[in-house]
Amino acid sequence: MEWNVLLGESLFFGMALSLVAYRIGFAIQAKWKKVFLNPLLLSVAFIIGFLAVTGISYETYHYGAKYLSYFLTPVTVSLAVPLYRQFQVLKKNVAAIVISITIGCFVHAAVIIGVLSVFQVDRQLILSLLPKSITSAIALGVTEEIGGIQGIVVLGVMIAGVSGAVVGPLLLKLMKVTEPVAQGLALGSASHAVGTSKAIELGEIQAAMSSLAIVVTGILTVIILPWIVTFVG
Amino acid sequence: MRGKMKYIFQFVWIFGVSLAGEVLNALLPMPVPASVYGLVIMFILLLTGIVKLEQVENAADFLMAVMPLFFIDSTVGVMNYYGLIKGKIPILFLAAFLSFAAVVVVVGVTAQGIIRGKRKRGK
Repeated sequence: MEWNVLLGESLFFGMALSLVAYRIGFAIQAKWKKVFLNPLLLSVAFIIGFLAVTGISYETYHYGAKYLSYFLTPVTVSLAVPLYRQFQVLKKNVAAIVISITIGCFVHAAVIIGVLSVFQVDRQLILSLLPKSITSAIALGVTEEIGGIQGIVVLGVMIAGVSGAVVGPLLLKLMKVTEPVAQGLALGSASHAVGTSKAIELGEIQAAMSSLAIVVTGILTVIILPWIVTFVG
Repeated sequence: MRGKMKYIFQFVWIFGVSLAGEVLNALLPMPVPASVYGLVIMFILLLTGIVKLEQVENAADFLMAVMPLFFIDSTVGVMNYYGLIKGKIPILFLAAFLSFAAVVVVVGVTAQGIIRGKRKRGK
């Protein structure tokens, strides 16, 4: 039987497969609670495996699954809500937040461009990793604007998240960063929501600063990155 | 009935602002995603009190709670680029990890320096 013909115009195949896969990923995460058992990563691996085994093409899957992506803009708009909830904290620490995260954005880009240029990786792949320290919702939009590949940036975002949860607090300890505000900003700006879940374990100030840093890093990256991209040869 | 209708009104705000973001993205020449224009517009609406937190927060919290679902399709799309990344996966991992570590260190140390400097001057 030719599954691509049968399902090629199905609106709900891709969507149903996505939801089922995510539900399974979520259940596995809930059972073993390991940070690398990320529900998104598991569901993506499950879907790619399923498509490979059945011979169903990405296009057939995408025909229905793309409608889930339509919510990216509304969910990014929703990020204004946590930013607003933390507005008092933002106002009180505005200098530390904006200066440290701006420098962080430049250093992030410099390391990515440096490492990948040394290994002569294609320009398109470099562009696809540059937005990776920000939350996927914003990273996907930025990647599209600068001409990268969306699937790759999400993988980069996941690596940043898992790294933050596994070694983030250790790095802060090594560098003797003990100020709660600084700890939260570092975790949120380097590893978005997953870093924030770690920051919550460190304390209330860390949690607030981290969730704030996610959105601020996203916005600053949107401003800075198009300019940096002109230097990627 | 009225209780359930409030969710529709909340989504009206969020989708309306999303639309405004798309319009700005189409009109303005900057490479800013529609979603980020929308984020800034919503933040301004909340700050100015034109939109109250209660008028959007349930819908916003719901969308944020299920957010990873919205990334699945784009991420599965990476399978079409396997040829491009094949053989480069370790390097991409290395670049992703090193840039992550650099941000933690730089942001943490800079922010701590600024906070402590301010505290010293304050005394």
